[in-house]
Amino acid sequence: MSIRHGLLALLERGPMYGYQLRAAFEESTGATWPLNIGQVYTTLSRLERDGLVRPLPENDGGQRPYELTDLGRAEIAVWFVTPISRTDRPRDELAIKLALALTTPGVDVRAVVQTQRTATIQTLQELTRLKQRSDDPGDLSWRLILDAMVFQAEAEVRWLDHCEASLVRYRPSAPGSAAVAPEAADDRSEARK
Amino acid sequence: MILELRGVHRTHGTGETAVHALRGVDLGVAAGELVAVMGPSGSGKSTLLNLAGGLDSPSQGEVVVEGEVLGTLNRKQLARLRRRFVGYVFQDLNLLASLTAVENVALPLELDGMAVRKARKLAAAALDEVALAELAPRFPDEMSGGQQQRVAIARALVGDRRLVLADEPTGALDSQTGEAVLRLLRARVDAGAAGVLVTHEARHAAWADRVVFLRDGVVVDTTSPVGEPEQLLGVQA
Ligand SMILES: Nc1ncnc2c1ncn2[C@@H]1O[C@H](COP(=O)(O)OP(=O)(O)OP(=O)(O)O)[C@@H](O)[C@H]1O
Ligand SMILES: [Mg+2]
Repeated sequence: MSIRHGLLALLERGPMYGYQLRAAFEESTGATWPLNIGQVYTTLSRLERDGLVRPLPENDGGQRPYELTDLGRAEIAVWFVTPISRTDRPRDELAIKLALALTTPGVDVRAVVQTQRTATIQTLQELTRLKQRSDDPGDLSWRLILDAMVFQAEAEVRWLDHCEASLVRYRPSAPGSAAVAPEAADDRSEARK
Repeated sequence: MILELRGVHRTHGTGETAVHALRGVDLGVAAGELVAVMGPSGSGKSTLLNLAGGLDSPSQGEVVVEGEVLGTLNRKQLARLRRRFVGYVFQDLNLLASLTAVENVALPLELDGMAVRKARKLAAAALDEVALAELAPRFPDEMSGGQQQRVAIARALVGDRRLVLADEPTGALDSQTGEAVLRLLRARVDAGAAGVLVTHEARHAAWADRVVFLRDGVVVDTTSPVGEPEQLLGVQA
């Protein structure tokens, strides 16, 4: 998972400046992924270079908020609807993506879950085809490796089922608790000083 | 197509308390094709299977098996089609307690008019396929849950069933036996039957050619047909 997509997803909620973004990112990912402020600023300047965000005038406190451009909005929309391939990702990107989907306005979280489920089961089907072809008892080690991949993919589907079941009961909480309104993030960064 | 569901709705009850178990499902299953159905509890999976097997009829739309629109058949014709063409494994196994394993498996063949001797012989072979040859003379209450489940599977696969419908057939089985059952189902389908498998387990659904996802009585997604898998492992190889 790139920090890029994380920050873009957060900016979908509205303009934010560096410290707010860092706080919101850590909150969304349950602090499993601490970010330093330097990473946030480097990423913001690359996003600006690529035309995905644009800086706004500094506020009274001397902080410069950023907002998404149309290009940035399109980029984040594509990220949410594209399944992550099991072969080229760090394991947690999916968890973080769902955590962000939950708090990003306008994202159909159940659709994100279903898109991933379909992709993962398709991977499972392909693995099963390979297993089916290797009936030779001498292939045991190969089959066990395939099984390892099968069970991992299966675990992911179970977790997706669990997410979906939880979503059915989910009601977004009041502003300021889970969803980070810019003011709320502001309060927190004040408190940390 | 061996099985076709066209615009199928199934509503239980009326008015305020009506439950819309299926709301406009289209599904075709060809010979040689295994389709898995997944979805949360209550999404309509068993309802779909019961309709496909003629055990229930749609409130709207039609179910076609082997070119016969089930709604146009009389009870006798329907019963005959079911015995001859359709094999089921139910969510609750439905073994008859007063019959032994081999008698349970032979029953549909005998009901269809096959000589008892021949039916028993085919039944014994089917039990052998699920690795239960020795338990043929036992009664259901003398077998474990998993063994009973395998008897139910043998019963569904015995004879020349062209349409095999299985509702959670691997529920009480360990992962090895579960996989053996899927291999059997797969082999039967590869030999020319059409199969529909309802399952909660992704690992088992993955034996299908296509996986259909139900939610609240509607098909919300379907996997595309499986292509060549080699590319999947390109990164590791
Ligand atoms: N005879 C009936 N009368 C009223 N409602 C029914 C009847 N049979 C099923 N339903 C309802 O229809 C819906 C679909 O049921 P169905 O048994 O098809 O679900 P399922 O997907 O098989 O669930 P599970 O995974 O729990 O087996 C449920 O809401 C169920 O309560
Ligand atoms: Mg059911």
